[in-house]
Amino acid sequence: MNFENQEFFAPGHRACAGCAAPIIVKWVLKLAGPNTIVVNATGCLEVFSTPYPHTSWRLPWIHVAFENASAVASGIDAALKAQGKREGVNIIVFGGDGGTSDIGLQSLSGMAERGHDILYVMYDNEAYMNTGIQRSSSTPFGAWTTTSQVGPFNILGKNEFKKPIAEIMAAHKIPYVATVNPAFLSDMKMKIAKALEIKGPKFIHAISSCTTGWRHDPSKTIEIMRLATETGIFPLWEIENGDFSKMRLTYIPKQRKPVEEYFKPQGRFRHLFQDPEKIKEIQKMVDEWWAKFENKN
Amino acid sequence: MVMMMLKGNEATAYAAKIAKVQVIPAYPITPSTLFPEKVSELIANGEMKAEFIPVESEHSALSAAIGAAATGARTMTATASQGLALMHEVLFIASGMRLPIVMAIGNRALSAPVNIWAEQQDTIAQRDSGWLQFYAENNQEALDLTLIAFRVAEDERVLLPAMMGMDAFVLTHTMEPVDVPDDKLVEKFLGPPKPKYPILDPTKPATFGAFVFPEHYMEFRYSQFVAMEHSKKVIDEAFNEFKELFGREYKKVTGFMNEDAEILLVTMGSMTGTAREAVRKLREKGEKVGLIKLTVFRPFPKEELIEITKNAKIIAVVDRNISVGFAGAIFTELAASYNNIKEKPKILDFILGLGGRDIRLEDYYEIYNKAKESLNKEVKEINWINVDEEAVYEVEGPL
Repeated sequence: MNFENQEFFAPGHRACAGCAAPIIVKWVLKLAGPNTIVVNATGCLEVFSTPYPHTSWRLPWIHVAFENASAVASGIDAALKAQGKREGVNIIVFGGDGGTSDIGLQSLSGMAERGHDILYVMYDNEAYMNTGIQRSSSTPFGAWTTTSQVGPFNILGKNEFKKPIAEIMAAHKIPYVATVNPAFLSDMKMKIAKALEIKGPKFIHAISSCTTGWRHDPSKTIEIMRLATETGIFPLWEIENGDFSKMRLTYIPKQRKPVEEYFKPQGRFRHLFQDPEKIKEIQKMVDEWWAKFENKN
Repeated sequence: MVMMMLKGNEATAYAAKIAKVQVIPAYPITPSTLFPEKVSELIANGEMKAEFIPVESEHSALSAAIGAAATGARTMTATASQGLALMHEVLFIASGMRLPIVMAIGNRALSAPVNIWAEQQDTIAQRDSGWLQFYAENNQEALDLTLIAFRVAEDERVLLPAMMGMDAFVLTHTMEPVDVPDDKLVEKFLGPPKPKYPILDPTKPATFGAFVFPEHYMEFRYSQFVAMEHSKKVIDEAFNEFKELFGREYKKVTGFMNEDAEILLVTMGSMTGTAREAVRKLREKGEKVGLIKLTVFRPFPKEELIEITKNAKIIAVVDRNISVGFAGAIFTELAASYNNIKEKPKILDFILGLGGRDIRLEDYYEIYNKAKESLNKEVKEINWINVDEEAVYEVEGPL
């Protein structure tokens, strides 16, 4: 059955203009259809979509806390099995980068290790946006946030690298892990549909622009996210059963754009342009990643 | 009905089996580890049909329990001490979502210093979490009260989660003969595992755990308060039905040799057995002493406690917990219960048995003597029993 003409995520929610999270959610739900239960980790999505007594969710939806969405989903999986109602029901978790890479990593790892039939979708806006743009382990190297402030004694903003959460999940040897970008809609749809077909734990890492935290014009969301992939900073790939040797790049830019094209429209990277050496350093890291993986495909 | 030799943890595992619990997420912790072990064994050998989730932490155990109960499954877990403390955040969510989860607790002291033995601080520290709290004196009670906890928690007038506490090792690891009731009789008592509340169901979408603003939040909390008040009546009904079906009698508050007693001991949990023996011995010497056992701590059985203690001269509360900075919890709540009553007994608090220190007959004699002394002279309100006070004063300075 095709539910692409149906909306399971109602408009009228309170997301900021230009927020990418609703785009991701709406497409995941369209592909999953009505026989779905959604679990949401604490974060922007939960707050802007359920201001009581209103809700955007036209599917059964539960939010419990920040770090435990995967555990809640595990309980739902078990309860459906125990009641003989498991067949045909999708269980989908949505978590931000905080609820996934940081505070929720333990319960996510536990869910993956136990092999629950659950699709986990991380919408990665690369900082704690719900509490007001604090750094997360998923914040990229060189980004300003309110807890990686830029000043004479900290010229880079964030000094540490982004945690490779999708690789970490692939290392769990779960059946399917993929990175997606809403600016590459057909690639994203293909991967979500594929994940929904597979039994067991699936993990999808979606880049998700936050206009407030990334500091860009709300009308540029798709444009900027497209640049994340065209510069090679956010590559699109998939790995099945943790087999890194068969990692498949699903989009290879003909000519990768220079990283500064991605940085320029975003206020969070503005300070980098005072020190072009830093941009060169980041460009080098991106080039090295591609040199390593491009040839495999 | 079958008589079996069971440890406390096994008794609660059998309770899960005969209650037809459908989902059991659990994480091992001393002294409740035998619960998930026994459940795993009962499932492996085909005696029990349930989904066991070997989660990676207690936090996830209760989170998975919430997911399961919200999907309509009869759900149980077990933990103790640090594990219960780790669940703290999620306890409030389980009660706020009005999910009738039942949890068996091996009552154990909290760190630091680390200690794995009996104390009721772990559950007492969670008294404000909106869960019902039952306390067992022995393993038969542990099994029975687990069934009763389900009966009350699942009642439509209540729909609140419940914990059932049993003291570490004294009950969790000690074998006692336990009457394991027949499944059919239990089904008569509990009904089949069918949720009487809205669940996560794709045919009837609903939003659980929404973001609620000040204009609505307080009514949700008041609902919990009202449901907990309603549970008082439901608990009595459940106790009565239980007696009719299984022949064993429970009360929120049970008296022993209390009719004409001038001094009343108040106890909770496994310490009660020794207290009963102490009272018997003191009675033989002509002392007018009696005993009140507390089986339910949440909701606090204020009315019953006042009724049964009001004619005594002294109430000697025995607390196996301490709120540092004030007193033990039973003392605090009993004293508060008497707040607006003019004529009232003197109430004294006795802290003992922390971290598994043995509770002996001589401790009760000491308590009794101190309480009796207070008839004629001033005695301390909060008394620590069987503790090396001098050693502490040497380090901390005298009190």
